[in-house]
Amino acid sequence: MDMKTLLLVPLAPLAGAIIAGLFGRQIGRVGAHCVAIAGVLVSFIISVMVFQSLEAGEQINDGTVYTWMQIGSLTFEIGFLIDQLSAVMMLVVSFVSLMVHIYTIGYMSEDPGYQRFFSYISLFTFAMLMLVMSNNFLQLFFGWEAVGLVSYLLIGFWYKRPTAIYANLKAFLVNRVGDFGFLLGIALIVAYAGSLAYTDVLSEQGAKQLFEKAADPWFTAICICLFIGAMGKSAQVPLHVWLPDSMEGPTPISALIHAATMVTAGIFMVARMSPLFELSEVALTFVLVVGATTALFMGFLGIVQNDIKRVVAYSTLSQLGYMTVALGVSAYSVAMFHLTTHAFFKALLFLGAGSVIIGMHHDQDMRNMGGLRKYMPITWITSLIGSLALIGTPFFSGFYSKDSIIEAVHASSIPGAGYALFCVLVGVFVTAFYSFRMYFLVFHGKERFGKAHEEGHGDGHGEEHHGLAPGQKPHESPWVVTLPLILLAIPSVVIGYCMIGPLLSDEKGWFGASIFVSGNHVAVLAGIRETLSQGGAFGMALHGLMTPPFWLALAGVVTAWVFYIYKPELPAAIRRKFAGLHTVLENKYYFDRFNEIVFAGGARALGNGLWRNGEQKLIDGVGVSGSSGLVKLLARATGLFQTGYLYQYAFTMIVGVFVLLTFWVFFGWAGR
Amino acid sequence: MTDIPFLSLAIWIPIFGGVLVLATGPDSNARMARMAALLTAILGFAVTIPLYLYFDRNTAEMQFGGGEEPLLWIEHFKVYYRLGIDGISLWFVLLNSFMTIIVVIAGWESTQKRVAQYMAAFLIMSGLMNGIFSALDGVLFYVFFEASLIPLYLIIGVWGGPNRVYAAFKFFLFTLAGSLLLLLAIIYLFNLTGSFDILVWHKAGVPANAQTLIFFAFLVAFGVKVPMWPIHTWLPDAHVEAPTGGSVVLAAIALKLGAYGFIRFALPIVPAACEDYRWLVVGLSLVAVVYIGFVALAQTDMKKLVAYSSVSHMGFVTLGFFLFNQLGIEGALIQMISHGFVSGAMFLCIGVLYDRVHSRQIGDYGGVVNTMPKFAAFFMLFAMANAGLPATSGFVGEFTVILGAMQVHFLIAFLAATTLILGAAYTLWMYKRVVFGEVANEKVAGLTDINRREFFFLSLLALCVLAMGLYPFPFTEVMHASVNHLVEQVNGKMLTLPSH
Repeated sequence: MDMKTLLLVPLAPLAGAIIAGLFGRQIGRVGAHCVAIAGVLVSFIISVMVFQSLEAGEQINDGTVYTWMQIGSLTFEIGFLIDQLSAVMMLVVSFVSLMVHIYTIGYMSEDPGYQRFFSYISLFTFAMLMLVMSNNFLQLFFGWEAVGLVSYLLIGFWYKRPTAIYANLKAFLVNRVGDFGFLLGIALIVAYAGSLAYTDVLSEQGAKQLFEKAADPWFTAICICLFIGAMGKSAQVPLHVWLPDSMEGPTPISALIHAATMVTAGIFMVARMSPLFELSEVALTFVLVVGATTALFMGFLGIVQNDIKRVVAYSTLSQLGYMTVALGVSAYSVAMFHLTTHAFFKALLFLGAGSVIIGMHHDQDMRNMGGLRKYMPITWITSLIGSLALIGTPFFSGFYSKDSIIEAVHASSIPGAGYALFCVLVGVFVTAFYSFRMYFLVFHGKERFGKAHEEGHGDGHGEEHHGLAPGQKPHESPWVVTLPLILLAIPSVVIGYCMIGPLLSDEKGWFGASIFVSGNHVAVLAGIRETLSQGGAFGMALHGLMTPPFWLALAGVVTAWVFYIYKPELPAAIRRKFAGLHTVLENKYYFDRFNEIVFAGGARALGNGLWRNGEQKLIDGVGVSGSSGLVKLLARATGLFQTGYLYQYAFTMIVGVFVLLTFWVFFGWAGR
Repeated sequence: MTDIPFLSLAIWIPIFGGVLVLATGPDSNARMARMAALLTAILGFAVTIPLYLYFDRNTAEMQFGGGEEPLLWIEHFKVYYRLGIDGISLWFVLLNSFMTIIVVIAGWESTQKRVAQYMAAFLIMSGLMNGIFSALDGVLFYVFFEASLIPLYLIIGVWGGPNRVYAAFKFFLFTLAGSLLLLLAIIYLFNLTGSFDILVWHKAGVPANAQTLIFFAFLVAFGVKVPMWPIHTWLPDAHVEAPTGGSVVLAAIALKLGAYGFIRFALPIVPAACEDYRWLVVGLSLVAVVYIGFVALAQTDMKKLVAYSSVSHMGFVTLGFFLFNQLGIEGALIQMISHGFVSGAMFLCIGVLYDRVHSRQIGDYGGVVNTMPKFAAFFMLFAMANAGLPATSGFVGEFTVILGAMQVHFLIAFLAATTLILGAAYTLWMYKRVVFGEVANEKVAGLTDINRREFFFLSLLALCVLAMGLYPFPFTEVMHASVNHLVEQVNGKMLTLPSH
């Protein structure tokens, strides 16, 4: 692959974004989506070619596109590093993006901002591809912030909704907190390594040098700062608060940005930085604990949500936690594996939810659904596939990646691994429970729709959600919506089966040198390798049928069935019994309330306080007006002498002469 | 080519042009005044372009001085009309001449009173500013430095808002107080060296105890102009009362004078004192970044908010200078240029709204995007640049200064980097309240989107912001030799002079 062809990968969607954005009115709706889709299609095709050429053993590409800036010995460059890690990401990003582009034609067909939407998602694809293809920290940060920008624009796409423009500001600011850490990490790397290039910092040699130069509190600080960046983008506790609110954006972007790609940037970044993280056990433990906490506790929140998109959003949080756990136990390739499978089945689930939302006339409340399988067969089957993949049903893609994570945690011996194992195991049950709760509430049971005008739809969304009027029935979505569902359902089933062999069979794995695992951490994947060597992917799935995770998942499904199909009155009873716990979950552990009062409110109060007291009272009041007042006072005081009476002047003069003479007689003349 | 006196042309074309514009007289000739002003501004910018094209990137020497022997001005005090620019001042001459065009176009319709005088004031000021950035003689510098106060004072005082007289006085007195200290310092340096040549002062080796006094004179003189905390409060008032064009010039150019003074005078002339009181300047700069960031959050007046954000961004400039490394200084210089584009654009955007609604209060707006989508797009770009988003010019300087700060101390970088959060918070929160949402009131409902003229100058600035964000290489390339020289000069002298 030469650089020029590679350059097309990000530039084609960028061109699409620019044309659709600036000339949207001239080229019309069809023109806009054709241009945007063509751009992403080019990226996808080249990404496939890149992937194949790497498979065929072609050399890894690492090259500069242009020198952005040069100061002293520090070079700032824009360039590409195409190895297995970026190739996988390119494939995932361009494929999901392509699906979402097609899906958007149907989903946004009635929206007045059609062209703008296409412009944004193409721009996002550009930014995300720049991020994953980068060969240096500068461009990584570029892409990092740029995807944040597009996420901001897209969450606030419906800019008239107060909730949307609240959510997008929140998302941007919380992400900026992460970026703050990330930037400090990069600055520390530059300070110690004197370079922004991956080749200088992330090679085994470079990482070791950095480790020696920075020495320990600072080396760990570098890793943790970088990881704070990942926590923002990949929504790890406590920086997760923006992701559920981001559901205010149109559903296609929830699938593309807030499930499949952008939120996994943090996972990708840590995998990319594996040579650094491997040298700091403390940082890895930190990663592990944060990930495990996110995996379990965000899962709990999925149980109490009634908005279909929010269930999927919390499930995304929880799955991102799983990936982070994998990073924490040095199973980077497994994290990337779960990232890939998750991208497919989660995009599928989101797009399925979107299809349901279209069918329900933009009602997102699951309490108003039920029995939809009759009306939306394709959406039903594909969503079932997505849910089965998500909960880790053997043979489905999610099984292979999730089981590998659990195995790796089980085999790991770094501090915190015990806690993580507990979290991921309980998490399996929780995942199965909320997934099938959603599935049963939406597709099975009593038909509860058709009361749109009788009551509000909860969750404070008010009249923006229309819903089905009495007598109306949901209907299956058009082919542009269902086709992406089908195309995503296929990899959701098979990709795990296909990938796990090449990925984990031998010690180096498919990712090869693009991921570095230090000697004492290699062992975490030994168990999986052994299983694979005995029976291959098929054997692993068979084996999986007899392990605790499968039983936990099954228990989750059965519980959901009992609660929502067999005895639908049960959940209310339990809610009453554990009212306290339910309130905590309902309020999302009070994170939002806390942030609102302490950070948002605190900053505003501090700003107001400084403005009133610091600026107005102290500096302008005491300082400026004070000194001008002093001048006035002095002027008035000296003005008192200017009376115009000759005798006063004469008297003053005499007194003055007397004082001076006294001074001269007693002390001598100053200076003598 | 280099024997054409481009610098003199850059100074005197706008000034003479300004006088000519004045001659058009009453407002019945307003059209002619506008055209003449535009032509002058364009011509003034055109003569600065060769400065970039023929700039010798390999030397830190002053260039475009025009001939061997400078013109003698005042024989008795050996005051010369001595001009020259290096990689540091080059950009400010260009930026100033460029922004003059923008300001003339921006004032095209919104100024209806005393058009000729308005345009003339801007043109004359532009010439004087070029004089400041290219003067190499202390007295010449001082004269330009002081003279530039007058047009700005008039702009605020004549075309300003209701409280303009208070603001103009505050502005004038603050800066004048600083200038007097500068004059003292200049006289001392003349007594020491027997020359008013700034380059001679650079090599003077001022005695240690005098360095401290001179440093503080510089600190106050230039600190007021930057403005540094806590002598910044004239700026929000001046901005609020100034007409749009006045705010643009104030933010884009006038604030740069102080920072330029630091790098042309303080650092090379009194390096040991700079080293001694580095903590003070770095501390004040960080206060500007953090404290002012919070204060900006509390503003309800858009212009005040952007004014405070200016103070905060200029904090990065003084911070970068006093890091004493190449990253810091070049980052600070980039930040100065970028701030010229971005803050200028922000004030122009506010001006666009003000021309229509006649209010600067955030609370009077809401949902502007519904009626002004094109404007909203531009405003978004500039707001993001103000928040330091990569691929805009706002990112380059902040990023580089933070990298430079990390080489000095983690805590400095940490505090400086808070701008990532604070800058985004105050800028985007304002944007949200003004632009997003449902149409808030009838005035907003009746807004018309930007016209061609507004589209033109906003897109010019947008191009600058993006070009600098995507490819800052040509901007920094010309600085290297001069900045390198400066860093050596500063660090070298700091080592040889006894510290106390």
